[in-house]
Amino acid sequence: MTTLFYIEHNNGKISDQSLKAITATTNIEGDVHGLIVGSNISDAVAEASKINGLNKLLHVDDEAFDNVLAEKLTQVMLNVANDYDYFLAAATTTGKNVMPRLAAKLDVSQISEIVSVESADTFIRTIYAGNAIATVQTTDAKKVLTVRPTAFKAATTDSAECEVVNITAENIPSISEFIGEELTKSDRPELTSAKTIISGGRGMQNGENFELLDKVAEKLGAAVGASRAAVDAGFVPNDYQVGQTGKVVAPELYIAVGISGAIQHLAGMKDSKVIVAINKDEEAPIFDVADYGLVADLFQVLPELEQAL
Amino acid sequence: MKILVPVKRVIDPYVNIRVKSDQTGVETENVKMSMNPFCEIAVEEAIRIKEAGKAEEIIAVSIGNQSCQETIRTALAMGADRGIHVLTEERVEPISIAKILAKICESESPGLIISGKQAIDGDNNQTGQMLAALTDMPQGTFASKIEIDSEKVKVTREIDGGLQTVNLNMPAIITTDLRLNEPRYASLPNIMKAKKKPIDQKSPEDFGINVSPRVNILKVIEPPKRQAGIKVESIEELVEKLKNEAGVI
Repeated sequence: MTTLFYIEHNNGKISDQSLKAITATTNIEGDVHGLIVGSNISDAVAEASKINGLNKLLHVDDEAFDNVLAEKLTQVMLNVANDYDYFLAAATTTGKNVMPRLAAKLDVSQISEIVSVESADTFIRTIYAGNAIATVQTTDAKKVLTVRPTAFKAATTDSAECEVVNITAENIPSISEFIGEELTKSDRPELTSAKTIISGGRGMQNGENFELLDKVAEKLGAAVGASRAAVDAGFVPNDYQVGQTGKVVAPELYIAVGISGAIQHLAGMKDSKVIVAINKDEEAPIFDVADYGLVADLFQVLPELEQAL
Repeated sequence: MKILVPVKRVIDPYVNIRVKSDQTGVETENVKMSMNPFCEIAVEEAIRIKEAGKAEEIIAVSIGNQSCQETIRTALAMGADRGIHVLTEERVEPISIAKILAKICESESPGLIISGKQAIDGDNNQTGQMLAALTDMPQGTFASKIEIDSEKVKVTREIDGGLQTVNLNMPAIITTDLRLNEPRYASLPNIMKAKKKPIDQKSPEDFGINVSPRVNILKVIEPPKRQAGIKVESIEELVEKLKNEAGVI
């Protein structure tokens, strides 16, 4: 049994999501080979070669992969697919974009966002936004899986360097082209890797008021998130969204401000270690999952919180 | 140009899920069902493209039991022109759905296929990408903006950390994210009109596709319940607890 794991990177660093997800391979027998793509990424390749548990690293060094499009990356994996039994990636927007395309090319029924590997063919994943947990067993010979990063501890990158093999990208289709990326600029940590998150809901009333959260986040070194209601109301961009249809997070501390606690939001944050809820409605369902609840007007207590930190 | 829109019938997003006591799945008997919210966004986007004069016909497809006809009718009432219902009692996995849709693409030759990014029951997020693979079409997943320019379609995608824009050759497959649009409600006259729109009934066998599941569901359980904690009276008390009791700040 050999596993191919797709490793993401940005700005010369291996993605924290990939480091977490690769830990899922420790419960799968056999060697694990990493795949990393991009040109002029020697720092990322060097770091990836030291990921604990990796036996070999395939590197596509090609300018065509400075931006990763699903059509191209799928072909890279297909080119080497005969050598592998398992194909894994983190369930990031890249993993979710690419892996089903690969699965269909291999005629495999993919298993998405696993949170546990039970045996060679049996996995646990959540369905209905985390309101039910399914144990599933695949009958496909090859397995294509995406891994929910929050369910695993990040692998360390302090092993001896493994063998790095350059592979060439062949038969790459040109049916799509990259135009550009507009990344939200922030000095603060990414939502999915932050240790502390403070999120606002409809109770924030408008986008400007998110500054109150920003100020607290600054003090805590926290990321700022939002409920779907706040995103739908146009207060903040969609990449702030925590929940079933947004990002699934599990930080050490999650502070929900002006968030009522709809099922769809709880699905994205209820695995956080400590949950704090601040809401003026004491009946809000968010209090049912909060370790510490404060019934108060957020406009009064957020500045107090900033002061107290 | 034709636009094909696959639509899925799921438990209404505002219904509380109940796991069956025999752990075989989730209770769907006597539970309110609706069109998957991401599919509604897909139908809406197709209608807007047609209203802008860039498409002539919208075909809504649903795969599943007899009740899926209602979901197709909802799409027709919103503004789709005709439906295709692929009748099956099986639990159909994304790979099989994609295979059926690929066959429909062969006969209908749509210029665009717009689907939801995921269904809120299985949370698989696979069908659009799989259909793209099977038809060798480019894919614009998690779309928040779609601009059609004769032979190409520009798609703005919601990615971790921001937005990405790609240009796709048509025919192409697009999957919808939340911010793409706000779906309309069907008006009563349109609901009445929809009853007269045609729905073609097919079976998986008509397309030569075996839809038997490849993944067995061994067990479905409820997630562990989180216990409610305590109420604090002030920010001071909260900060003290977070520092000394929880040790997280």
